[in-house]
Amino acid sequence: MKKSIAKGRIIRLTVTYAILILVSLIILYPLAWTIGASFNPGNSLVSTSLIPKNPTLSHYVELSKTSATFYYFQWFLNSLKISLITMVLSVFLVSITAYAFSRFDFHGRKNGLVMFLLLQMIPQFSALIAIFVLAQMLHLVNSHILLILIYTGGMIPMNTYLMKGYFDSIPKDLDESAKIDGASNSRIFWQILMPLAKPMLAVVAMNGFTGPLGDFAISSVVLREPKSYTLPIGLYNLISDKMGASYTTFAAGAILISIPIAVVFVLLQKNFVTGLTQGGTKG
Amino acid sequence: MTVQTVSAPPKTRHARTAALLSIIPGVGQLYNRQIIKGIFFLVVTGLYVVGFADLFNMGFWGLITLGVEVPRDNSVFLLAEGLVAVIVAAIGLFFYGVNIRDAHQIGKERDQGAAVPSFRESFSNLIHRDYPYVIISPGILLLLFTVVFPILFSFALAFTNYDLYHTAPAHLASWVGLETFKKIFTVDIWRSTFIDVLGWTVIWTVVASTLSVTIGILMAVLVHQKDLRFKKLWRTILILPWAVPGFVTILVFAGLFNDSFGAINNSLLASLGIHSIPWLTNANWTKVALLFTQSWLGFPYIFVVTTGILQSIPEDLYEAAILDGATAFQKFRSITLPFILSQMAPIIITQYTFNFNNFNIIYLFNAGGPAVPGSTAGGTDILVSWIYKLTMRSSQYALAAALTIMLSVVVIGIALWQFKRTNSFKEG
Repeated sequence: MKKSIAKGRIIRLTVTYAILILVSLIILYPLAWTIGASFNPGNSLVSTSLIPKNPTLSHYVELSKTSATFYYFQWFLNSLKISLITMVLSVFLVSITAYAFSRFDFHGRKNGLVMFLLLQMIPQFSALIAIFVLAQMLHLVNSHILLILIYTGGMIPMNTYLMKGYFDSIPKDLDESAKIDGASNSRIFWQILMPLAKPMLAVVAMNGFTGPLGDFAISSVVLREPKSYTLPIGLYNLISDKMGASYTTFAAGAILISIPIAVVFVLLQKNFVTGLTQGGTKG
Repeated sequence: MTVQTVSAPPKTRHARTAALLSIIPGVGQLYNRQIIKGIFFLVVTGLYVVGFADLFNMGFWGLITLGVEVPRDNSVFLLAEGLVAVIVAAIGLFFYGVNIRDAHQIGKERDQGAAVPSFRESFSNLIHRDYPYVIISPGILLLLFTVVFPILFSFALAFTNYDLYHTAPAHLASWVGLETFKKIFTVDIWRSTFIDVLGWTVIWTVVASTLSVTIGILMAVLVHQKDLRFKKLWRTILILPWAVPGFVTILVFAGLFNDSFGAINNSLLASLGIHSIPWLTNANWTKVALLFTQSWLGFPYIFVVTTGILQSIPEDLYEAAILDGATAFQKFRSITLPFILSQMAPIIITQYTFNFNNFNIIYLFNAGGPAVPGSTAGGTDILVSWIYKLTMRSSQYALAAALTIMLSVVVIGIALWQFKRTNSFKEG
C-alpha cells in the first residue's frame, strides 16, 4: 500500500515537471527567438538561428536613427507619456468617483452604477468614426491630449465599478469614527480609504497604463502623422510596410520596450494580484 | 418640529413663489434675498444662453436636416454638433431643475421661519451636502464627452446613409431609418459576410476563452502541489506572457508564424520533417495560429487569479477526503475545481466578453486576413475588426455603425444575463 502511494507520487511529480518544462519552453522560445533576432546581422530572418553566430548591436543603433516614417524613440516617449498621464488621471478620477458611489447616498446613484455597468461592455472603439469626426471638428488630429482624454474616459466605467466594490469592503465604522473626530470628507478619503485600497489602486493603475500602451484601434484613428505615433502603430507599420524586411529592427525595438515593462510588472505583480483576487472574484 | 406647526398651514408661500420666479434662474434666489447667489445664477444663465445660442440653433437644425446645401454643409459635422447641443441642453436642463429645487427649498425653509443661509453658508453647503455631486462631476463630464457622445454618435449614424458616396464636401448624407439594418439581411454579399463573421466570432470567443481558462487553471493546480519544488521560478515563468506588452507579443508571433521566414516553418517543423504550413495565407491555419497565440497570451491572468484562490481554500475541506482515502484526482474534481469555478465566475465571464471584442490579436496578427475575394471582411475577421475595416478602409460608415449597435446589444444582453445569474450584480 505505502509503496503504491510512493509510486503514485513519483509518477504525479514526473508528469507535473514534464508539463511545466514543456510549457516553459513554449513560453520562453518566442521571447528567446526575438532576442536572438534582435542581435542577428542583416535584415532578413531566413537564415537565423536562436543564438546568432555573429551577434551585432547594429539594430539597436538603427533605432536611434530617424527617417520620414521612422521615429522609434519619439514613439517610445509618446507611448510612455500617454500611458503615464492616463494612468495618473484615471487613478485620481476613478477613486474620487468610486468614493462618492461607495460612501454617499445621492439622487441618481443607482442609475449611475447601472450606466457604468452598461458602458463598460460596449467596446470604446466601436465608436471609432465618432472619435475620428470629433478629432477633425476640434482640429485635434495627431493630438495626444485628445487621446489621453478618450483613454481616461474609457477607464472610468469598469474601474469605478471595481474600485467602488473594493471601497464597499472597507468597514464604514472607520470613516464614522474619523468623522466624529472632526475629519473632513476629503481627509477621510485621502488618509483612511486610499491607503487601505492600495491593492485595488494598483489594479486601476495597471489598467490605466497597459490599456493605452497596447491600444491600436483608437490611436490609429487619431494619430495620422508618423512623428506623433505610439509604439503599437509605429512597430506595426514597420513590419507590415516592408513585408518583413525590417523584422530584425522590429525585434530590437520590441526588446527595448518589453524588458523594462516586464521587469516592472514582475516586481509589482504582488500588489495588484491581491487586488485582482479580492476584488474581481466576489461572486 | 411640534404638532401645532405641522397642522397650522404656513402663513407665507415663499416656497411656491420662489420656485415660480426661478423660471428665470436667479430671480427666485433674489426673491429669497440671496443676492450673491441670485446674481451668480443670473450671470451663469446669461452666459449659457448667449454662449450656446448658436450651438442650439445650428445644432438642432443640423440634427434634423443633416444639411441642405453643398459644399457649405457637412452632414457628419452637423450631426456631431447636433448631438453636442443635445448633451449641453441636457446638462443645462439638469441645472435648471437644480435651480428651481434650490429656490423652492430655501423658500420652504423661510415658510417655516428659518433664516436664509448666507452666501458663505451656501458655499459650505455645496462642499458638504452636495459633496458627492461635486466629486463625481469631473469624471461624469469626461465620460459624457469621450464615451457617451461617441456611442450616441455611432448609434445615430446607423440610421443615416453616410458612406463613401455621401461624404462632404461634394455630397450630403440623410436620415434613412432602419434601411441599413434591413440591408444587412437582404443584400446577399452583406448577409453572407455578416453570417461568416458572426459565426467565427462566436467560435473564436468560446474556444479562445475556454482554452485560456482551462490552461490557466490547470497550471495553477499543478504549481500549487505541496511537494513541487522551484515554485517561485515556475510562477515567474508562467506570468511572463502577461508581463510582456500584448501588442509586442502578437507582432512577434506574426513573425514566428510567417509563411516564408517564420521560425515555426523554418526551424521547428523543418526539423521534424514536416512541410511548411501556410499559416498566414490559409484561413483555417490562421485560425489555429490565432487560437494558439491567444491561449499563450491569455492563460497567465487566469493562472494568477486561480493561484490566489487556491491559497484561500480552507485546509479542512480536504480532511474528510484524505480520511476517505481519496486520490489526488478525486480531490481535485470534487473539491478544488468546484471551489475555483464558484469563485471565478465573474472573471471567466470577463474573459468571454474580452475575447468577443479582442481587436488587437485579430488585426495585428494578420489584419483579419487572408483576404476573401469580393468581401469587405477577411477570413479571420471578428465583428470588431470588421467594423474597424469598414470604417477605416472601405468608408462604409453607416454599415459599421449599424453593426456596432447589433454587437453592443448582443454583448450587453449576454453579460447582463450572466451577471444576474451569478448574482454578482447587486446594488450595495
